[in-house]
Amino acid sequence: MAEMHLINDVRAKDIIKEPNRAGFGRGLVAAGDANKNVVAACADLTDSTKMDAFAKKYPERFVEMGIAEQNLATFGAGLAAGGKVPFIASYAAFSPGRNWEQIRTTICLNDRPVKIIGAHAGVSVGPDGATHQMLEDLALMRALPNMVVIAPCDSVEAEKATLAMAGDSRPNYMRLAREATPIITTAQTPFEIGKAYIFREGTDVTLVATGTMTYQALVAADILAKDGISAEVVHVPTIKPLDEKTILASAKKTGLVVTAEEAQINGGLGGAVAELLGEQLPTLLKRIGMRDHFGESGEPNELIEHFGLTGPHIAMAAHQLIGLKK
Amino acid sequence: MMRYIYSIEELEEKANDIRQDIIRMLEHAGSGHSAGPLDQAEIFTALYFNVMQHDPRNPGWSQRDILIQSNGHTVPVRYAAMAEAGDFEKSELMTLRKLGSRLQGHPERLKLPALETTSGPLGSGLSQAAGIAMAQRMDGETHRWVYVTMGAGELDEGNIWEAAMLVGKYKLSNLIAFVDRNNIQIDGPTEHVMPLEDLRGKWEAFGWHVLEIDGNDIEAVIDACHMAKAIVEKPVVILAHTIPGKGVDFMEYDYHWHGYFVQTPGAPPVNETAKAALKELRTLRGKIKSEAE
Repeated sequence: MAEMHLINDVRAKDIIKEPNRAGFGRGLVAAGDANKNVVAACADLTDSTKMDAFAKKYPERFVEMGIAEQNLATFGAGLAAGGKVPFIASYAAFSPGRNWEQIRTTICLNDRPVKIIGAHAGVSVGPDGATHQMLEDLALMRALPNMVVIAPCDSVEAEKATLAMAGDSRPNYMRLAREATPIITTAQTPFEIGKAYIFREGTDVTLVATGTMTYQALVAADILAKDGISAEVVHVPTIKPLDEKTILASAKKTGLVVTAEEAQINGGLGGAVAELLGEQLPTLLKRIGMRDHFGESGEPNELIEHFGLTGPHIAMAAHQLIGLKK
Repeated sequence: MMRYIYSIEELEEKANDIRQDIIRMLEHAGSGHSAGPLDQAEIFTALYFNVMQHDPRNPGWSQRDILIQSNGHTVPVRYAAMAEAGDFEKSELMTLRKLGSRLQGHPERLKLPALETTSGPLGSGLSQAAGIAMAQRMDGETHRWVYVTMGAGELDEGNIWEAAMLVGKYKLSNLIAFVDRNNIQIDGPTEHVMPLEDLRGKWEAFGWHVLEIDGNDIEAVIDACHMAKAIVEKPVVILAHTIPGKGVDFMEYDYHWHGYFVQTPGAPPVNETAKAALKELRTLRGKIKSEAE
């Protein structure tokens, strides 16, 4: 197995945390340094989407849109038509939440390489409540032909993903979280659009996770190991196109799959894996995520506990599957 | 590029030819919008045969002007103008809306790259034109223009006004916008469905310079474009007052013809409609004898 160069102990008390959007901010500046055609546009959320460093360094390549997400998407399509590599940012609830048709027509059907950044996705947005906790973005974007859908697990991967997006000729969507989450990868950890990675090898059950839930899957694998269960953790930073080969190989090996995401399982990673296994390798499956309901206000940690999105919840789902198999 | 030097009379003839092609295309397709394409024949003739820098033999020419059709449902007028200019054979016009055609019911860039973009769902063209104009400004290009046509009813869309605000803010004077002010939309007259007036005042309030012209007067269209290029402190919108269905007496002013060519209540069969419309166009409403007769 390829070396993943992860941190040594995901359960360390002093694990370093940072919001993955911070990695996006650094990646955008680096992408701008490398290519003068990289430009950015933001809908009045420049600091919180972490476009501020780019806007400060390259003011002539930054466009402040005001609170206008429909225009954000269509203007982005125009920038791409004019030869630019535009990154457009807002909260995921509004982009792609509000401007999905514009993305569909002027970016996907038109096949323009616009880089859509959906910040503050998931319930861990916290006190802002359900209106701002975007959970349907993965389903919305997965349904679009030509669109690439990315959810990085931490800030280090988000930085790499941003650079990869700047060099990708397709429309891309990347979802980011508000909350600081553990940094589990390092500079040496591989990242390529379209690839899934075995973050931990195992033989009894496969845990397929995306975004910040990959950390929770690694915690679950630790818990399961103490129970004598060998869990394999497959990190899926690219939900579309899905790395079917890696997921199928692991599912074939273990015969049991749990998916984990901070999004609606309908149409999200859970939906994607269910479709894949249903067609190609019917396998016992449990899906951790939001089950057809909205979030609510609360502290991020309270919310992921309340909605069953933690390592222990994933471990419990694995135990249930093992029980079903017997 | 091609340099066109046509007299106004020759351009008027071209507009008439384009109208006839529109009728033939719609007859062949059996569906599509008729009023808007017909009333924009002068605008597209002026753009393709006088105003725009473009080269039909080299549609990707790096110095070309850009034309975005935000009112993508009126694309037959553009296809007809393109065929007239030599972008493709006129026979291809008859593939409009058919399986396998490059001439989709609404503009699709991947099928026909010279269309520059994909549009039709209303409200998104002005923003796309703005993005292109901004990219050109970032690249320091000063002698290329971005034209965009919008429908009147399209101005109901919020996306238009989001774009209007942005273009006004950044004073993208390399962008020249047209509003096909034909006063109709699918459900009826624009001022009944959703009043647009004071339209001049609205655009001015958004930071634009407004020109108002008779949009069915080719010379006025050309003059407005030249004036728009000379106005550098603001973006320019040309409110082109047009007669919906222009050129075909029984279609003019009747909003029913906005929508489907074949579904006008009480209308004769499509081939008879087309025949009658073509006769009017060929004879300039009976003023001259048709060559086809």
